[in-house]
Amino acid sequence: MSKIHVTTTVNGEAVEFLCASDHTLLDVLRDELNLTGSKEGCGSGDCGACSVIVDGRLVCACLMLAAEARERSIVTIEGVANGGELHPIQRKFLEHAALQCGFCTPGLIVATKALLGRNPNPTESEARYWLAGNLCRCTGYDKVIRAVLDAAAEMRAKR
Amino acid sequence: MPSFRYEAPTTVKDVVGLLASTKGVTKILAGGTDLLVQVRSGRTKADVVIDTKRVPGLIGIREQAGSFVIGAATPGAELGDHDGLVRAWPGVVEAANLIGSTQIQGRASLGGNVCNASPAADSVPALIAARAVAVVAGPKGQREVAVEAIATGPGKTSLARDEFVIEFRLPKRPPRSADAYLRFIPRTEMDIAVVGAGVNVTLDAGGVCTAAHVALGAVAPTAVLVPDAAAALVGKKLDDKVLAVLDAAARRACKPIDDKRGTVEFRTEVAGVLARRAAAIAFQRAGERR
Ligand SMILES: Cc1cc2nc3c(=O)[nH]c(=O)nc-3n(C[C@H](O)[C@H](O)[C@H](O)COP(=O)(O)OP(=O)(O)OC[C@H]3O[C@@H](n4cnc5c(N)ncnc54)[C@H](O)[C@@H]3O)c2cc1C
Ligand code: FES
Ligand code: FES
Repeated sequence: MSKIHVTTTVNGEAVEFLCASDHTLLDVLRDELNLTGSKEGCGSGDCGACSVIVDGRLVCACLMLAAEARERSIVTIEGVANGGELHPIQRKFLEHAALQCGFCTPGLIVATKALLGRNPNPTESEARYWLAGNLCRCTGYDKVIRAVLDAAAEMRAKR
Repeated sequence: MPSFRYEAPTTVKDVVGLLASTKGVTKILAGGTDLLVQVRSGRTKADVVIDTKRVPGLIGIREQAGSFVIGAATPGAELGDHDGLVRAWPGVVEAANLIGSTQIQGRASLGGNVCNASPAADSVPALIAARAVAVVAGPKGQREVAVEAIATGPGKTSLARDEFVIEFRLPKRPPRSADAYLRFIPRTEMDIAVVGAGVNVTLDAGGVCTAAHVALGAVAPTAVLVPDAAAALVGKKLDDKVLAVLDAAARRACKPIDDKRGTVEFRTEVAGVLARRAAAIAFQRAGERR
C-alpha cells in the first residue's frame, strides 16, 4: 500500500514524514522522528504514557493515526524543556522524587502541562481527576501530585 | 495494526460516496477511541477507514434559536468547555465528560459513543432523555433519527452501509428545564458503567413537573427510554412517594446481563436508585432556574 505524505508541526517545528495508513502518531514520533520520549505502555488508551498535546488538547498518541496529524500542532515531552533548561514541572518531579522507573513520567509531565495551561491553580482533587488516565506502577501517585501542585505554585508566583 | 486504506474526505457527499463505493468493511473514524482499539486487537476488521473530522461541521457546537447542534465528531472536552451547552444541558455534558480520561476526552465523540452501540455507552441515556435527534446523511440526502433508534443491539446500528451521522440536535428548552446523568462504576474513574441513568425534566413555576424523560443504560441490549418512569414524575412534585413509583418503574424496565461486573439483581436495584438520584438532581437544577 502506498505511503501517506504528512506535513505537520511538532514542538514548533515544521516536519514532514511518510507513514503507512495503520501507523499511529506514536509509531511515527518514536520510529520516524526519533522522539522516543513518548512511551507505549498499553496501546489501548488506558495508561497515558503516550500523552501528547494536539491543537491544545491532551490525547493518546497510540490512539491517533499518524495520517490524522496532517497540519496539526503537536507538543511532545521533547518540547517541554526550554533548550537545556528544565521546565518547572520537570524540576519539581525531580525535587519531589515523583518518579522511580520513569516510564510514566513523560506522559505525566505532558498531561500536567496541559492541566496547568488551562487551570493554573488546581485543587488536589482536580489534579488527581485530570491525571486519572496516567498510570504509574511505582510511585503510588502521592509524590506526583505533590510535584504537580508545587510546580503550579511556582509557576503562579513567577507570573 | 492490521492494514487498511485511509481516507479523509472534506465533504458529506464525498463521505457518503466512499461509503457507497468502497469494497470490504468500511468504517467511519471520529476520535478512534473505540475503533482503533478494536482494529488493533483484531476484534473489528477494517479495509477502509474514513476520517470524518475534516468535513466542516463535524467538529463544533452551534446554537440555533435556543437549540444546540453538536457535530458528530466533536470531542467530549469541547462539550465541557462550551458554557452555553453546559448551562442548557448539564446532564448531556456530564455524561459525555464521564467517558474515559482527560486524554480520551480529547478525542471521544458523541457520534462514536452512539454508533459504537455499546449498551453501556455513557452519553446515550442522557441523549435519549434529552430527546436528541441524530441527523443521518446518505445517498438520498438527510434524515432525522431519534438517538434510541440508532443502536439495535450490542455493536449493531440501524444505519445503512452508505449512511453516517453528521450531527446531533438538542431541542429548544422551555424555562425551568434541566437534566442529569449518573452512572455506577466499581471505582471512581476509568471504568465501564454497570448502570447509567439519565433524567430530563421541565417544571412549572410551582415546582410541579410538566414534562419528563427517563432513560437507562447497561440494563438491556441497548439503552432504553422508560416512559413509565417518566409518567411517575409528570404532574408531581418530587417526594418520597413519587420517587418510590419512579424507582419501581425503572426496575421493571431492566433486562440486564449477569456478569462479573454486576448480577441481574444488583443492576436492577441500582437502576432504581440511580433513577431516583438523577431525578432529584434534575429537579433541583430545574428549580434553580427562572
Ligand atoms: C481508556 C478508555 C476508556 C473509555 N471509557 C469509556 C467510558 O467511561 N464510557 C463510555 O461510554 N465509553 C468509554 N470508552 C469508549 C469510547 O471512548 C467511547 O465510546 C467514545 O465516545 C467513542 O468515540 P470516538 O469518537 O472515539 O469513536 P470512534 O472510535 O471513532 O468510533 C466508534 C464507532 O462508531 C462509528 N462511528 C463513529 N462516528 C460515526 C458517525 N458519525 N456515523 C456513523 N458511525 C460512526 C465508528 O465507525 C466506530 O465503529 C473508553 C475508551 C477507552 C479507550
Ligand atoms: S500507550 Fe497510549 S495510553 Fe497506553
Ligand atoms: S515511575 Fe515507574 S511507572 Fe511511574
